[in-house]
Amino acid sequence: MSWTFESVTEGQALPPFVVEKLTRTDLVRYAGASGDFNPIHHDEEFAKLAGNPTVFGHGMLTAGFVAKCLTDAVGVENLRRYKVRFATRVWPGDTITCAGRVVRKYEADGEHRVDGEVTATTQRGEMAVTGTFTAALPARG
Amino acid sequence: MAEIDRSLIGQWGPEGRMCVEAGKIAEFAKAVKDGNPAYARPDATPAPPTFLMTIAHWMGSLGESRQGIKLDYRRLLHGEQEFEYVRPIRAGDVLTFRSRTKDVLQKEGKRGGTMTFVIGETEFKNQRGEVVAYMRNTAIETADAVKG
Repeated sequence: MSWTFESVTEGQALPPFVVEKLTRTDLVRYAGASGDFNPIHHDEEFAKLAGNPTVFGHGMLTAGFVAKCLTDAVGVENLRRYKVRFATRVWPGDTITCAGRVVRKYEADGEHRVDGEVTATTQRGEMAVTGTFTAALPARG
Repeated sequence: MAEIDRSLIGQWGPEGRMCVEAGKIAEFAKAVKDGNPAYARPDATPAPPTFLMTIAHWMGSLGESRQGIKLDYRRLLHGEQEFEYVRPIRAGDVLTFRSRTKDVLQKEGKRGGTMTFVIGETEFKNQRGEVVAYMRNTAIETADAVKG
């Protein structure tokens, strides 16, 4: 069940979402789903010619994993704003942990809102994505 | 090096159309490993938060969202992506979108050369003419070729 306004406190963590060992198939599936066919994400030869050790994940794929972590807590249609910044890249074999927390709880425009921060971190401890969000939560009244 | 036609900054480009389909939502949800059963339901299927990225299937190239700007793709990084959700987007919606370059900033790179930051914005309206979302992205053309 997703959160209600009353059930949430400032500082509360989002339940983490972990993607174990990203595969090249995951990257190809996201390319097809999203329509982002930049070959740097699926063509080994192209990625190497561009100076990379291998193909790497679409930033928006990681942002999609983070969005799943986020909407599991706040509910899909309660999200009002979601912003991500891309830091380091993720590679096949990486395990990505999505997490976040509520920073602020308030009322605005007749809605019960929370602002928060989200992150996606690799098993090396590197930040792949950092972001912020605003959601409007259901309230008893 | 970026070519910039400043007269086009802020000008909306041509409109395009995007159909929101239940099958595409299910495919996209699977790709981002989101098992939320809402994405598999047969009616009023909600679009996942980053689903608007599938606009790539409905436009010639994502570069079309940057009016008046020509960038060197060998030096291009995706810096930020932002979604503002105004109304729900669900399977069956037919969205009309248009894009503009909101702003272009240039600064000197640490090791010489110019870095260009391009902020693009796409507006989405539904079949009732209501704005449903804005999508904004920051593209960065680095001073040097992107290193691995």
